[in-house]
Amino acid sequence: MVRSARKTPVWIALILALGLVAAACGGDDDEPGSGQTSGPTSVEPGGDFSLQICEPEFLVPQNDNETCGGQVLQSLFTPLVQYDVETSEPANVVASDISTDDQTTWTITLNAGWTFHDGSPVNAQSFVDAWNWAANASNAAGNNYFFANIEGYDELNPTEGDADPEATLSGLEVVDDLTFTATLTAPFSQFALTVGYNAFYPLPPAFFEDPEGFNEQPIGNGPYMMDGVWEHDQFIKVTKFPDYAGTPGNADNIEFRIYSDPDVAYTDVQAGNLDIADVPDAQIEQGRTDFGDAFIETPSSVFQYIGFPLSDERFQSPELRQAFSLAIDREAVIEAVFFNTRTPARSLISPVVAGSREDACQYCAFDPELAAQKLEEAGGWEGPLKFWFNSDGGHETWVEAVSNMWRQNLGIQEIQFESSEFADYLGSLDAGDVDGPFRLGWVMDYPSPQNYLEPLHACEGSSNNTGYCNEEVDALIAEGNAAASIDEGIDSYLAAEDIILEDMPIIPTWFGLNQSVHSDRITNVQIDAFSFIRVADVQVVASE
Amino acid sequence: MGRYTIRRLLQAIPVFFGATFIIFMMVFALPGDPIRALAGERPFSESVQRELRERYNLNDPLPVQYGKYMLALAKLDFGESFNRRRVSDIMKERFPVTIKLALFAFLFEMFLGLIAGVLAGLRRGSFMDNLVLVSTTAVVAIPVFVLGFVAQLVLGVQLRWFPVAGIQSGFYSYLLPAMVLGSLSLVYIARLTRTSLVENLRSDYIRTATAKGLPRTRVVGRHALRNSLIPVVTFLGVDLGALMGGAIITEGIFNIPGIGREIFQAVRSQEGAVVVGIVTALVLIYILANLVVDLLYAVLDPRIRYD
Repeated sequence: MVRSARKTPVWIALILALGLVAAACGGDDDEPGSGQTSGPTSVEPGGDFSLQICEPEFLVPQNDNETCGGQVLQSLFTPLVQYDVETSEPANVVASDISTDDQTTWTITLNAGWTFHDGSPVNAQSFVDAWNWAANASNAAGNNYFFANIEGYDELNPTEGDADPEATLSGLEVVDDLTFTATLTAPFSQFALTVGYNAFYPLPPAFFEDPEGFNEQPIGNGPYMMDGVWEHDQFIKVTKFPDYAGTPGNADNIEFRIYSDPDVAYTDVQAGNLDIADVPDAQIEQGRTDFGDAFIETPSSVFQYIGFPLSDERFQSPELRQAFSLAIDREAVIEAVFFNTRTPARSLISPVVAGSREDACQYCAFDPELAAQKLEEAGGWEGPLKFWFNSDGGHETWVEAVSNMWRQNLGIQEIQFESSEFADYLGSLDAGDVDGPFRLGWVMDYPSPQNYLEPLHACEGSSNNTGYCNEEVDALIAEGNAAASIDEGIDSYLAAEDIILEDMPIIPTWFGLNQSVHSDRITNVQIDAFSFIRVADVQVVASE
Repeated sequence: MGRYTIRRLLQAIPVFFGATFIIFMMVFALPGDPIRALAGERPFSESVQRELRERYNLNDPLPVQYGKYMLALAKLDFGESFNRRRVSDIMKERFPVTIKLALFAFLFEMFLGLIAGVLAGLRRGSFMDNLVLVSTTAVVAIPVFVLGFVAQLVLGVQLRWFPVAGIQSGFYSYLLPAMVLGSLSLVYIARLTRTSLVENLRSDYIRTATAKGLPRTRVVGRHALRNSLIPVVTFLGVDLGALMGGAIITEGIFNIPGIGREIFQAVRSQEGAVVVGIVTALVLIYILANLVVDLLYAVLDPRIRYD
C-alpha cells in the first residue's frame, strides 16, 4: 500500500496524458471569461455569439408552437406587430396600420419595401396564403387553432370527413398589394395583440413549392437568415440579412446550439463554450452569486394552477375551494421547493400582461384559520382526497408540500397521489376521469387578459378542464371582446376575473420566472414575456 | 464455415420479425394518446388531431398498424416521425454519431483493458496486479453518470482540456465521452483477461511449451494469451451492441446527438415508427456482432470448427 500511494491508476494517467495533448492542440480557441476581455471595450455592432435552445419541433412558423423553435423563428421572421420587451404592448412593424370600425372586420395595411431572404416581396398575399395554409386541417398545422375566430374556419376544419386541401378562409381578402382584410366570426378587440405570434408570420412562395425543404432551411423576412441548413440536434446558424427593412440586428452571426439537457448547457457557459443559457432550478442560488450582473431574471408568462373537477359533487361548494386555496402557504412552498424561482400567484393573469393586477385574489393569501372556517361552512371534508398530477414534470415535491398543508390546516388525513405520464394524464382529464384537485399550467399565446380567461374559464373554452361555466363571466368576456379598443376591454376582463376568483374553479399557485446567464463577451441580453431572448438586440463586446 | 454463416444469417430473419412486432406492441401499449400529448397543455384543434391520427395510422388496431408498417418497410420506407421527418433521415444522422462514440469507447476499453489485464495476469500478486485490482474496483463502484459528470466538470469546465458538450469539435469531442462510456467495460476486460491468463499460465501445455525451451514472449503471446482471449472476445462482441444501446446516459451528459437520446425521446412521445426503426437496426447489429464473435472462436481456438 505504501508503494501504491506513489502512483495513480494506469487509466487515469492515460486520460491525463491524452488530455494534455488535447489541451495543447486546442490552444487557438478563444476563451471567454479569461482575462482577455478586460482591455478597452467597445459596443460597435458586429461579432458572433451562441445561444442555448432545445431541438425545435418545426421551423415552419405555422407548425411550431413551442419556445425552442419560436426562439429561432423570431430571428428569421418579423411579424406585423412586435411586443415591447418590458410592457408586452404591441407596436406596428411590418404592418403600418391595423384598424377596424366594428371589432369584426379588420383592415391590415403593410409597410412597403419588405422582402423575404430570397428577394420575393412581403405583401398581403404572403400573409393571406400563410394563414390559409395553417387554417386548413389537411395541413395539420400545430397553430391551426389561432385561426378559429376567422370566418370560414369551420369549412376548413369539418367535424366529419376531410377538408378540401385547396380551400381557403372566406374571411380573408386581399384588397391590394399591401392591404388585406380579416373578418372574424365575433367582435374581438384584442385582434391586433394576437398577430405578433409566429402563427401569423408571412410565408414566401418558396414555402408552398417545398414545405419539407423549407422546414430545414426557412426563408423569412427577419433580421437574420439561415446560414446553412438546420443541423438537427446540433445547431442552427443564422447570419445578418443585408437587405433587412427594419432595424438591423447587432451581431453578425448567431449560433443556436441545441442541448437536450439544460444542465449541460449551463455547464457549457461555465466552461466558456457558450454565451447564453437558461439556468436549471438547482443551480439558481449558485448562479446568482457566480454570475452577478450576467444573471438575468424576468417574469415569464407561465401560470400554474390547481383545478377542481366541478362535475364532482364533492367540489361543488365555492367555500370549500376557497378553503383549499387559503390553506396553501405559497411563499413557503416557493422557497423550500423552488429555491425562489417562482412568484406566488394572487391573480389569474400573469404580471407580464398589461392590465394584470398583483393582488386580485381575495383567497390566495395564507390564512389557516379562515381556511378551516370556510371548510366548516362548506360542510367539511369526508374520506380520502385524490391529488392528480403528471409524473414526468418534477411535480412530486411541491404536491407533497401542498398536501401536507392541506393535512395540517384542513385536517384532511387521507390524501392519495394519482400520477401518470403526461399523455396519459391529459387523457384522464379529457375523459373526465379525474376525481380530485389536479395541476396544470398555462403559457400565453398573446399578451391579453382575455388569453388567460376565455380558453380556461369560458363555458366553451378550448382548455376548460374544470367544467366551470358561469354565464356572467362569459358575458363580461364577450363585452371585453367587443370593446372599442384593446385597453377599453380590460375593465370587463378584470370584472370577469373577479367573479372567477370568487367562484374559484382553480387555485392560482405561482407564476414563472425566466432565468438566464450569459458570458462576459456580450451585453444587452433581454428576455421578453414569451421567454425569448431578444437576439437582435444582443451586443457582442469587442475586445481591442 | 460458409454454410454456418448463412444458417446464422437466416436465423436473423425470425428474430427480426419477432423484435419488430414486440417493440411495436410495446409502444402501442404505452398509455395515453400521443397526439393529445404532442401539443402540451394546450391541445391542437380537433380537426388537426384527427388529421394527424389518420396520417400516423393511429386509429387502426395493432395488427393493421403493424401490417402497414411492414408493408412500407418492404419498400424501404421507415415512416415518418411526429415532426414530419423521414425516420431514415433521422437514422442516417444519428447512427454515425453513436457508432463513432461506441467505436472509440470500444478501442479504448479493448487496448487499455487488455494491457492492464495482461500486466496484472503475468505477475499474480505483484504491485501491478494489486494496482489494477484497486483501480478497477474503484471504477466499478462509481456509477457511470457520476463518472461522466465528474470528468466533465474537472476535465472540461475546470481544466478546459476537453469540450464539455456536443460534437462540433469533431474527433476531439468524442474522446472524453468515449472514455466514460468505455470505462465500465474496461474493468470487465481487464479482470477477464487477468483471470483467464492466470489460469492458462498454470496449465499443462504452457509448462510443456516452457520446458521445450520456447522464449517467454512466445509462450505468453502465442500460447497463453491466445487461449485466454476467448472469454474476452465473447464479452467484446456482446459489448459492442451494449455500447450502442447503452450510450444513452453518456449521450445525455455530453449532449451527443446519438441514437440513445433519440430512442429515449421517441419512447416518451410514443413515436412507434422511430422506436421500431432504430431498435430493429440495433437488433441487427447485435446479431451481426455475435456472429462475428462466434466466427472468431475458430480463429482463436483451432479445436473449434464450423460447418
